[in-house]
Amino acid sequence: MGAVATHALVDVRADFPVLQREFDGKPVVFLDSAATSQKPVQVIDAMSAYYRTSNSNVHRGVYALAREATDLFEGARERVAAFAGTDPATTIFTGNASGAINLVAYSWGRTNLGPGDVVVVTHMEHHSNIVPWQLVCAERGARLHYLSVSDIGELSLDELDEVLAGGRVKLVAVAHVSNVLGTLNPVEEIAARARAAGAVTLVDGAQAMPQMPVDVDRLGADFYAWTAHKALGPTGIGVLHGRRELLDAMPPFIAGGHMISRVDLESSTWNELPWKFEAGTSPIAEAVGLGAAVDYLQAVGMQRVRAHERDLTAYTLERLAEVEDMRIFGPLDAERRGGVVSFAIEGIHAHDIAEICDREAVCIRAGHHCAQPLMRTLGVAATARASFHVYNSREDVDALVSALGRARKVFEL
Amino acid sequence: MDALYRDYILEHYKNPRNFGELEPHDLEFHDHNPLCGDELGVHIVVDEGRIADLRFHGQGCAISQAAASISSEQLIGMPIDAVEELGADWVIEQLGIDISPTRRKCALLSLKVMRGATTGDASWPD
Repeated sequence: MGAVATHALVDVRADFPVLQREFDGKPVVFLDSAATSQKPVQVIDAMSAYYRTSNSNVHRGVYALAREATDLFEGARERVAAFAGTDPATTIFTGNASGAINLVAYSWGRTNLGPGDVVVVTHMEHHSNIVPWQLVCAERGARLHYLSVSDIGELSLDELDEVLAGGRVKLVAVAHVSNVLGTLNPVEEIAARARAAGAVTLVDGAQAMPQMPVDVDRLGADFYAWTAHKALGPTGIGVLHGRRELLDAMPPFIAGGHMISRVDLESSTWNELPWKFEAGTSPIAEAVGLGAAVDYLQAVGMQRVRAHERDLTAYTLERLAEVEDMRIFGPLDAERRGGVVSFAIEGIHAHDIAEICDREAVCIRAGHHCAQPLMRTLGVAATARASFHVYNSREDVDALVSALGRARKVFEL
Repeated sequence: MDALYRDYILEHYKNPRNFGELEPHDLEFHDHNPLCGDELGVHIVVDEGRIADLRFHGQGCAISQAAASISSEQLIGMPIDAVEELGADWVIEQLGIDISPTRRKCALLSLKVMRGATTGDASWPD
């Protein structure tokens, strides 16, 4: 890893091979890390080394190679748990953040939700923290309640209190950081209020864990879901952290190999945590890659990652405001948001903005960002979105603003 | 001149022809592009088996709006039966620009809702 400047992490760029690419002679400006981050060579090498030297199935092998693979896999889990401030036994590897949320919706939801019960979600959730609850609520006769989002893109704790006072709320599912608005939600306070009302909390941390220090145990949420590929790690592996008493009481979600203790003809008993929830051969190389990703992030320092994201976000909010006919969504204070900024330009559709940015090799996302209920709240069909990670710099934001100027010119605004 | 955002594309985007609603109408259909959430609906008045008048409504990018606007001028007067014969190539020819795979559904949304209204088949045109 290269040396890191205190105020900008531009020196880490050399670690990310994709960022060396050019399109039509223009260096790529990657501003879509909220969709997926780029991967440092340390992660790519760790996965490659695993396949080249240690590949074997984990857990039951008696031979040395299998022990080595198991140590790498479980060692990664220990480092991931430490990174998140929690226990390896309650750190479950899933396919992605959606897989983690579905595990809770089906395993916990089917057992604990009944007719008339309420699941609270918010209007700023990603589809992956809405649709699993729709399905399990329909199955169990429970009801979904959506917390509203204010004009500046924030939730109201008073509104949460009112809903909790109804006495039927069993679970509150909320994003830590909104993937559209960037809003940093007060999840510690939400979890405390939910618990006081006898409800369980699930936090979708897909956009938070990659870019700020998160201490899952201190946060107090019962479940915390996130994914590796937005945190400099590989695709194909997500993480669910859960409170032990709840996980112990929950039935398995996916059934199959390794999640059992003993299988008889008519019934079976379950393996210990976390393996009870990890049926089938695990994403072993992906776990090794995620382990390398959290090592990388810890070497940079999550406080510095957060400071860097905050600096870039503040700079982006300032620069975007210079563009005419600009509408910026979400809180205007960088302290209250993560490193993702959605915007719209009056007179140019988000897709057309992204298309013209692409001609300058500036990669931004355009569309509904898997948050159609939020798009309706904002009164738009789509927004354009720029998002950051450690490898982005103020120059990247300048390239975006310059491309937006070009878009206005093409559209004769 | 821009290869994609040609003058006439932008002109149709900014001043779309046959946009709005038609009351009463004989046929209607509404659909969206799941990739981006863009929505488009159509109202059609039929007279003696022909499209006597139509209006598109909804919101979308320059490509989807221009495709609806440009093709609306060809569709009015056309026999209803002829709509099901129209394919993706017809729309793209009307647009007169190269459409990349990522923008193909933008270009085809208006034909999709036209076919939904006239044939009941709401699949994406080939």
